[in-house]
Amino acid sequence: MKKYILKTSLIVTLLTGLTISCSDNYSDVEPIYSLDSESYFNSQTDYNNALIGAYDLLHSSYINVMLGEIASDNTLSGGESATDTPGIQQIDEMTHTPVNANLKNIWDWMFAGVQRCNYIMEFKDKTDFTGKEQLIAETRFLRAYYHFELVKWFGGIPLNGDKRFNVDDEKSIPRASVADVYASIEADLIYAVDNLSATPSQTGRATKGAAQALLGKAYLYQNKFSQASVVLEQVINSNSYSLVTNYSTIFENNNENNSESVFEIQYTDAQGASFDCLQCSEGNVAVGFNGIRNYNGPTFDGGYSFNVPTQASYDVYEVGDNRRNVAILDIAAWATANNASYGTGYKHTGFFNRKYIARKGDANIGDQNLTNPNNYRSIRYADVLLMAAESFSRAGNDVKGRTYLNLVRRRAFGDLNHDITASGSALTDFIWAERKVELMGEGHRFFDLVRTGKAALSITGFTPNKNEIFPIPFEEIQFSSGNWQQNSGY
Amino acid sequence: MKSKILLFALFLTSFVGFSQTNEISGKVIDATSNLPLPGVNVVIKNSTIGVVTDLDGNFKISKLSNDAVLIFSYVGYKTYQYKVTKNEKVVIKLTDEGKTLEEVVVVGYSTKKKKDVTGAVAVISAKTIEDLRPIKAEQALQGTVSGVVVSSSSGSPGAGFDIRIRGISTNGANGPLVLIDGYAGSMDLLNPSDIESLTVLKDAQAAVYGAIGANGVVLVTTKQGKKNSKTKVSFNSSTGFQETTKKMNLLNATEYALLLNESYSNAGLSNPFPVVSGLGDGTNWQNEVFQKAAIISNDISVSGGSDKVTYALSGSNIKQDGIIGLDKSGFNRSTLRLALGVDLSNKFTLRSNFIYTDFNRNSLSENGLGSVLFNAINTPSTLSVYDVNGNYTLVPAAQGFGNEVINPLAQIDNTYNDYNLKKLSGSIKLDYQVFKDLKLTSRIGFNSARSTAKSFSKQVDYGSLKVFNVTRSSVGQSAFNSGDYTFDLFAEYEKKIAQNHKVKLTVGSTAYEYTEKTLGGTGYDVPYNSWEFADISLAQGTGGLGVKDVYSYGGIYRRSSYFGTLDYDYKGKYLLSGIVRRDVSSRFGPENRVAYFTSILGGWVLSEEEFLKESKLIDFLKLRASYGTLGNDAIGDFRYRSLLNGEATYVFNNALSNGTANGVIANTKIQWEADKKFDVGLDLKILNNKIDITADYFDDTRAELLIQNVPVSGITGYNAPGSGAPTVNAGTVSNRGFELAVNYKTDLSNDLKLGLGFNATTLKNKVLEVNNGTGYVEGGSFGVGQSLRPTRMEVGQPIGVFYGYQTDGIFQNQAEVDAHPSQVALGAISVPGDIRYKDVNGDGIINASDRTYIGKPIADFTLGFNLNLTYKNFDIVAYTYASIGNDLIRNYERTEAKLNKLNYVLDRWTGEGTSNSVPRVTAGASTNSVFSDYFVEDASFVRIQNIQLGYSIKGKLMDKAGITKLRLYTSVNNVYTFTKYRGFDPAANSGDPISGGIDYGFYPTPRTFLIGLNANF
Repeated sequence: MKKYILKTSLIVTLLTGLTISCSDNYSDVEPIYSLDSESYFNSQTDYNNALIGAYDLLHSSYINVMLGEIASDNTLSGGESATDTPGIQQIDEMTHTPVNANLKNIWDWMFAGVQRCNYIMEFKDKTDFTGKEQLIAETRFLRAYYHFELVKWFGGIPLNGDKRFNVDDEKSIPRASVADVYASIEADLIYAVDNLSATPSQTGRATKGAAQALLGKAYLYQNKFSQASVVLEQVINSNSYSLVTNYSTIFENNNENNSESVFEIQYTDAQGASFDCLQCSEGNVAVGFNGIRNYNGPTFDGGYSFNVPTQASYDVYEVGDNRRNVAILDIAAWATANNASYGTGYKHTGFFNRKYIARKGDANIGDQNLTNPNNYRSIRYADVLLMAAESFSRAGNDVKGRTYLNLVRRRAFGDLNHDITASGSALTDFIWAERKVELMGEGHRFFDLVRTGKAALSITGFTPNKNEIFPIPFEEIQFSSGNWQQNSGY
Repeated sequence: MKSKILLFALFLTSFVGFSQTNEISGKVIDATSNLPLPGVNVVIKNSTIGVVTDLDGNFKISKLSNDAVLIFSYVGYKTYQYKVTKNEKVVIKLTDEGKTLEEVVVVGYSTKKKKDVTGAVAVISAKTIEDLRPIKAEQALQGTVSGVVVSSSSGSPGAGFDIRIRGISTNGANGPLVLIDGYAGSMDLLNPSDIESLTVLKDAQAAVYGAIGANGVVLVTTKQGKKNSKTKVSFNSSTGFQETTKKMNLLNATEYALLLNESYSNAGLSNPFPVVSGLGDGTNWQNEVFQKAAIISNDISVSGGSDKVTYALSGSNIKQDGIIGLDKSGFNRSTLRLALGVDLSNKFTLRSNFIYTDFNRNSLSENGLGSVLFNAINTPSTLSVYDVNGNYTLVPAAQGFGNEVINPLAQIDNTYNDYNLKKLSGSIKLDYQVFKDLKLTSRIGFNSARSTAKSFSKQVDYGSLKVFNVTRSSVGQSAFNSGDYTFDLFAEYEKKIAQNHKVKLTVGSTAYEYTEKTLGGTGYDVPYNSWEFADISLAQGTGGLGVKDVYSYGGIYRRSSYFGTLDYDYKGKYLLSGIVRRDVSSRFGPENRVAYFTSILGGWVLSEEEFLKESKLIDFLKLRASYGTLGNDAIGDFRYRSLLNGEATYVFNNALSNGTANGVIANTKIQWEADKKFDVGLDLKILNNKIDITADYFDDTRAELLIQNVPVSGITGYNAPGSGAPTVNAGTVSNRGFELAVNYKTDLSNDLKLGLGFNATTLKNKVLEVNNGTGYVEGGSFGVGQSLRPTRMEVGQPIGVFYGYQTDGIFQNQAEVDAHPSQVALGAISVPGDIRYKDVNGDGIINASDRTYIGKPIADFTLGFNLNLTYKNFDIVAYTYASIGNDLIRNYERTEAKLNKLNYVLDRWTGEGTSNSVPRVTAGASTNSVFSDYFVEDASFVRIQNIQLGYSIKGKLMDKAGITKLRLYTSVNNVYTFTKYRGFDPAANSGDPISGGIDYGFYPTPRTFLIGLNANF
């Protein structure tokens, strides 16, 4: 019997030993058809592919554009009812709190953009190739673009240099000051200005002019007028851009990336999308949201009737201003003239944001309201001229201020009779007023009002020293476990 | 359990005698079935001399002394003694009393006698499966085993079932591990007639499957041929039809029009129906959508064996049409099986089993916004099915009709898809009896499946803005290949030490690998916009520049394990088992891959003690207790790795450009879920084994819960396209309860036999910890455009708890409105007739902070009751099942002004004192559609699952024809459901742990009428 026990234990030991020796390696498998993010960047193509990923998040900035209007005095929230997308409704009423799904989207999506830029930056020295400066310059342009959005909306935000954020960094990395965020933006854009080519290798890529314009804008937001005027005038003097003669053609889909376009976010209707992942859409989601409710008729397609211009916005245009009927659609008049029908949504004003509502003729791939191909004209030459005008005016150079302002007005009225002749602060006021009518519906208004100190006067419900920036999302404050303070007043 | 194991006499000695004269011959039969018993030992008392009965139960012994006594013994039967006094021919009837204790139960890698089992283990026999006649094997567990809940997300043919053993412990995969003859498999592709038994391991007994056993284990044993038995042919056939068990009470056309007028005038708008007379009843869309559907099922099996070889061969086919859309939601399954066992030598035994399944299924849009039934409920009854031109009437595209409500018949007609799965699975097992006490087993089980799917998206226009409009036809096709193997190698050593100590040691290892690969693509512009030509090869269009029309995916998962179990038994009285298992899973990072699981189980057979041994009342009594740890790794693969499988698409030069980006955020720290299972129970048999009772108390605590997609800070970029939040060990859930199963079996007379079964389970599910910063995880959605999520997994609450506003009657007049905190934050100013919500936090304003817990999807009690009655040639079986205390969210009503409604709105508030439960109707804005307990209903139910009446034809003619059994039966499945729930099916649950209790209009499980026959040759 002893022999048996011996034999048994021998066999068992052998058996177990045999299998154990190969076993722990057995479960050490590599994912198939997959690339590991930490062993990437081995060729120029890898960098280019990662850069496409960094551009991708520009698509999701549609919500910034929409809310930049709705938060301002230009438009009302609209939608189907008072409960349709509560986050948007609250921002219109200036009753928004840290619990706001749409503000959280801005935070999440812009930081996702930053993260994808820093993925490239973290590995920027891994593989060398010619043309790398251009690639890094595009990356840094994009990082500046996302940072600029974040600082506009939320004030100081966490920065992590050229490194990505990891889970739990929110508990240790503090919110940088607004000045530090701008310093980072300026550094990125100065590098971009120095290294980007003036003409893009492909339509849609960031250019030297785009970087200069964005840098000028960042200076202007910090009231650095002389620096702003210098860099913005460089854009003007480059002669790369010119105003489109007919204002009414600028926003049509057959006139994308026109001579006035300094930086344009590129959308397409080639791929479907769903509400489950709005940031995944390659189309301009805002266009469907802004669209005419239950519309049946020519030229336009329907939508969800958000972001509706007010009567006051319609009335602010001077007589003879060609821009009014391009910026704002009077739906009743249109329906009568074109035998069209439409529905009335919440806070119906009778007006729609004509620059960014759905046009007929796109591929209508489902969900067609989420896949409109209208590019967003992020930085127009007219905006550059007005920013330059403002910088000069506020720096005391009225001549240049008037010159650049009147370039814009002459196009708007088609004559020289509407030139502004004012000086000093009166001129500045004219420039600010011009920004409203020229850039109506383009998402700049709220931030213009805030940076010029006019928000409290213009926006119903606006609380000074609070509503200049938006609250950090509630969830983020919780995740940070006391590391981040909520913005004051929220 | 007839002849579960046949024992043979080792050898027969030739007979040496003196002055004997008697010779006896005869036949041994089963006392109940009168079937011959082969392999019965017939031994002369006080000698080693004996014979074994042959295949027909015959035996013959000659030269017996005058007072010789023969002992007839057979496993599972009462031993019988017979005194031989003369030359004679006898028929010996053996009774199978008490046989269940000798029954052998699979409890892991090895088997145990039922009386020695120390864990909470339940067994479903082939007999029960025969009674229930399930279409899918999972259904056999519904209402038959305490502690087990089987639910389906859909009653459509071929839809899957969710099995929950002792509650829901995790918000990931909650289904048990299913092992078919030892290899990981799925029950839904089996032919239920091929199943010999289903064993459910509910407690720490499952610890031998450590890594993957936390959700419990279901062991499927398939039928094998029996040694030394004649070829047995069994044929089962049934056919019948199915119908819906329920139609909702909707408004007819006149009621609809009147109510619509009222709702418009309440909103200060003009009447949409100035003339109501003549509208009549209009269309009941449910009558149009539901049809009677055929079901037909056939299976045949052949089995038998010699003394060295056993075989079983079977084939089956079932074809079931759907009660909605017939073959558009139909299912067709064929199986072919071969089980072969060979004794290669004295030491080597080979067992093999191969199953081939061909599974086809078509499906319609179900259980969601805009699904077929959702549209049948919401489409106005004033619309006709067809317009004057004979085309489908379009649901108007105007405001108030909803963008996703379309003519459900047109929707069925325009739905085209096809799914086919071919799967070969099986196992080969080699036993090596090294010497008497030691056995080595090597077993390999595998699944190899390939499936193809095709879905045609027809160009169709349901009217402006409808979300189902397709402007360009396309066809999507995919091919999916998957395979896995389970390789087991283990040794069992069993030894009796001294007289009273029995020890069994099992050690071994298991390796498991799963791989999958998918390739798919889309073709555009299908010729003639027709299903007939819907194939990528014919569709010439592409998605456009930069659009990827093809995709592929691959996956791999591996796990390796070692285990050891030690069973100790003292005099059959005291039983003790210990189980240790070590697992390594590729789903975790290198530091967290290895986990150890241990458990201990003990039993005390009181009925073996002197003080109970002679009891007249108690035949068997055992107390059991077990405690152990188990694990779970049911998460996505490589969640610890950062992979570039995100979405990176931008537009350059007006065309899509695709790049690379991170996928789901990695969590390098994820580790095994740790489950602690505690169980105490007893098994009791009384009154001559007529009553059989099993009772258990269980307490399971699942910690380190693996929660997928746990939100983290947005700075990590987890909300980028194609990315996602990481999987985190972030919670603890407890499930506690009692289980009781009582079975009663008696022969009231020779002709009348009765069996009753009852089981009950209580369950208290509670989330103890959600460690993600907020203390809860939200899920599901309610209504349209409501961003607040209706269901939660939250600390202190059962998983899936409903979270919304609490109603407090209806505002009867303006004074009541004025006296109540403002409800305007919910979206509209309240007026008399609106729902009054409770100010739960008492801050004087009604807003999102006043939401509270208003229901739960988990039942407090589940009960099963079944009856078996045999009278002469007739037999009746009935199974019922009850679920008490579970709620569902009514979410199949689209709150658009012009859509149809359930007729409970006829009891609406129309003025002071008219109603305090149903609010006014209005076409304007109101706060009545926010998620509140108004939409939560008690979904408790009692369901008669099955009633079957059979008649067995017996007689000489049958014997002559060689027919051992011929039974005709008729049965009704899903006979009737007693419930207050208004929806189609109170038993429905989407299966999601958090959001499973939301009803968008579940496809109801049909009522099925069958006639059938069973024949054995």
